Amino acid sequence: MAAKTLTIDGRLVGAHENQTVLEAASEAGIKIPTLCHLDGIADAGACRLCLVEVAGSPRLHPACVLKVAEGMEIKTQSERLRKYRRLLLELLFAERNHVCAVCVANGHCELQDLAMDLGMDHVRYQYRFQPFAVDVTHRLFGLDHNRCVLCTRCVRVCSEVEGAHTWDMEGRGAKARVITDLKQPWGEADSCTSCGKCVHGCPTGALFFQGSTVGEMERDRTRLEFIVTAREKKQWIA
Amino acid sequence: MHPYVAKIKKKMPAAAQFPPSGDKRYKILETAMKRHQHKPDALIEVLHTAQELFGYLENDLLLYVAHCLKLPPSRVFGVATFYHFFNLKPKGKHTCVICMGTACYVKGADKLLASIEQVAGIKAGETTADGEVSLLTARCIGACGIAPAVVFDNAVTARVLPATAVERVKGWMQHGS
Amino acid sequence: MVLNDLLEIKERERKARKGTVLRCCVAAGCLSANSQAVKDGLDKAVKEKGLEGQVEVRGVGCMGLCCQGPLVQEDPAETLYVKVNPEDAPAIVDALGKNPAPGLPTTDPHAPFFKKQMPVVLENCGRIDPERIESYIAEDGYLALHDVILEMTPKEVVENVVKSGLRGRGGAGYPTGLKWATVAKTVGERKFVICNADEGDPGAFMDRSVLESDPHRVLEGMAVAAYAVGASQGYIYVRAEYPLAISRLQAAIRQAKQYGLLGGGIFESPFNFNVEIRIGAGAFVCGEETALMSSVEGKRGSPRPRPPFPAESGLWGNPTLINNVETYANVPVIIRKGAEWFSAIGTEKSKGTKVFALAGKIRNTGLIEVPMGVPLREIVEEMGGGVPDGSEVKAVQTGGPSGGCIPAAALDIPVDYESLAKVGSIMGSGGMIVMDEDTNMVDVARFFMEFCMDESCGKCVPCRTGTVQMHQLLDKIIQKRGAAEDLERLEELCDVVKNTSLCGLGQTAPNPVLSTLRFFRHEYLELLKQRETGAQPPA
Repeated sequence: MAAKTLTIDGRLVGAHENQTVLEAASEAGIKIPTLCHLDGIADAGACRLCLVEVAGSPRLHPACVLKVAEGMEIKTQSERLRKYRRLLLELLFAERNHVCAVCVANGHCELQDLAMDLGMDHVRYQYRFQPFAVDVTHRLFGLDHNRCVLCTRCVRVCSEVEGAHTWDMEGRGAKARVITDLKQPWGEADSCTSCGKCVHGCPTGALFFQGSTVGEMERDRTRLEFIVTAREKKQWIA
Repeated sequence: MHPYVAKIKKKMPAAAQFPPSGDKRYKILETAMKRHQHKPDALIEVLHTAQELFGYLENDLLLYVAHCLKLPPSRVFGVATFYHFFNLKPKGKHTCVICMGTACYVKGADKLLASIEQVAGIKAGETTADGEVSLLTARCIGACGIAPAVVFDNAVTARVLPATAVERVKGWMQHGS
Repeated sequence: MVLNDLLEIKERERKARKGTVLRCCVAAGCLSANSQAVKDGLDKAVKEKGLEGQVEVRGVGCMGLCCQGPLVQEDPAETLYVKVNPEDAPAIVDALGKNPAPGLPTTDPHAPFFKKQMPVVLENCGRIDPERIESYIAEDGYLALHDVILEMTPKEVVENVVKSGLRGRGGAGYPTGLKWATVAKTVGERKFVICNADEGDPGAFMDRSVLESDPHRVLEGMAVAAYAVGASQGYIYVRAEYPLAISRLQAAIRQAKQYGLLGGGIFESPFNFNVEIRIGAGAFVCGEETALMSSVEGKRGSPRPRPPFPAESGLWGNPTLINNVETYANVPVIIRKGAEWFSAIGTEKSKGTKVFALAGKIRNTGLIEVPMGVPLREIVEEMGGGVPDGSEVKAVQTGGPSGGCIPAAALDIPVDYESLAKVGSIMGSGGMIVMDEDTNMVDVARFFMEFCMDESCGKCVPCRTGTVQMHQLLDKIIQKRGAAEDLERLEELCDVVKNTSLCGLGQTAPNPVLSTLRFFRHEYLELLKQRETGAQPPA
């Protein structure tokens, strides 16, 4: 595999030709904010938080799907990028009902972490206050649409890693929701193997273990990484 | 046995012997799927056929299609709800589709819609309680030269006035009662 | 099928022509005004008078002047009857070869609406019978395909298209030849050719008319493209809203296969090309090329990030050429008449002609084709006949929900890709909607925003949530509840949605707001002011 050299935030970084800018940056210890990205599953390029500036291109590019190229010059931080990222977070917070104080994921939530990292301390847009039901029909897990950011990690992890494809998206646009099978209650979704990978993959408090109360919902990402490494590389390392 | 497999097994003996109770529509649907060699990429084509045959796509039908094309049910549901052409609930006996394209809009399609909503007592996308009339809107039917256009039961009608449309819909409603 | 067979069909078809032809429009616009009954009436009247030997009643595609349908034209007398009723048929047949039937409305086929046009893509529209392949062959149809397969290398074909200067007619105006060259160069076991007939812009019906009026032209263009890039399978993605276009395409594909003009070993060469129709299901976003390909694969029409571009990795990961209907429809004539001939039409950077669907508050609504670079004013005032009822033009909207509103003050700009971009709009696919003084421009912006909100696929955050917020703000402003900070927020949202959205739908969704803010900002400010006065405590 040919090696490529590129510049990220003024630093020279080496990468394999098939790597993405996000992978190259993360190996070099440069942090780019992400939300829909999850190690081990295909990238969607949907949350737009990892947008970076590429010298010579008028457009912004999502680092998670942008392949490295020789001599590429990347800027992951700029006033403009920080502003866009803050606005995107504001839009996400206004979309559903993210009330951290009463959320099972409080303190262990990627959306919350991003807001703190990026300095998004209040939302100036009109909250939509849409009422969403909470599905606790599954004997082990629960689904709270109020906390969902539609990142589709659950859809991808269930389809790509577990192979059950219990999850998918219903509808489109602002009306899109995650669903199980033919939108029946999760507990009645026959294809679900109750493996819990979706719960471990969820960035917010949308998917949780039954019985978790405020701030208790912690996830174990190493379990997903373990399975993906085992499947892809035939290496069983915890 | 995994519950999903169990459910499919339970459902499919009937499905395998379709048409159940001699329902010819399943046979036609099966022929359509065969024409596409049951390839998963024919899902949208197959859903078109299914909707033509059954009028709308209920869950059992979606599950049947999912099974025949070897697709996960959630994916079939996701596709069926992504595209606005597919209905998961039965439509009324008559349909009135108001074109809301730009040309129709600047020529008063919004007023047209409002007057029909008022007389039928339903909003766009709904069906009257007696199941007689479904009121729908279209993004643009490409009949901009004759705006505002309305499709009454599949017939495109040119330069429709609110009064004409209301009369038409009223006629359907009275006929039903 | 070899060249001689093709020429024989052409000869036979031309010889069989009768002295008098009554062309009756049976495209969707006129059909909705009952033109099928008019055609049946004419057929019957001709039969009753025993004129079958001398008179042909020909169902043809769009004749352009849709607002006056059903249209019937008598040739060679050049009498164009408008708003024809089925009962008028006997009178029209009676008057054949004489003066126009008394009492029936006619219009001048030499009026500016017709005279100022330059039919290239529409050269057969309204002339040939779209349901008979022979009618197309009689106008040199499939000759270009023959010449390409037997006399040109794929490379020469691509070079020809590059030289012609043809640019994509779907909206963005990407050089067609360059696209073809990329696909041709990319190595792949299988390659695909797709025709984007998902004409979703509200107010646009050019592609529908071409498909309904001259479907073989699109097939021939696709086949030439397939030969040039090395593909053997094509898909036409048509909206479900166009049932007539679909059925005519289906018939056209069937006939072309029977004649060996599609399928295996075309013109007894090793070149194979098959075409399948894929029917859309009501999702505007599927006009975006990556979403369209998802849909062809039977999935939700969600776009994916580019790069990789379809030319490298498209349908099922294979190199894929995707062009719009009008782009393909230009190809046969470029091959037949030559790249030089084509590039002599239009302006320096925008070659050829463009078809526009003229609609809205304008006297002559319908389909026109003009050379690139024609002043917008000429289209609106001379061809379109201006606004009826003595009102004035306020703005012309082009480019649909991705475009903008060009103010009356800018009507003198030439219509080409660059000039339209300069005034904040785009060429788009060719919808041109005239708005008069009664039109509220903030309401127009809200109309398009509602459209984008409903049509957003929901995948990326800015488009899914940003359009909702922008729509809410526009609503608030229109209802006179808006404050100055709402306008600021609206502009801020335009910026973020435009620059961070995943696909073209989101990236262009703010355009109607930006363009109305640029030219009609006073209308926004007026609404804000009305709130201020309204908010004062009652005296």
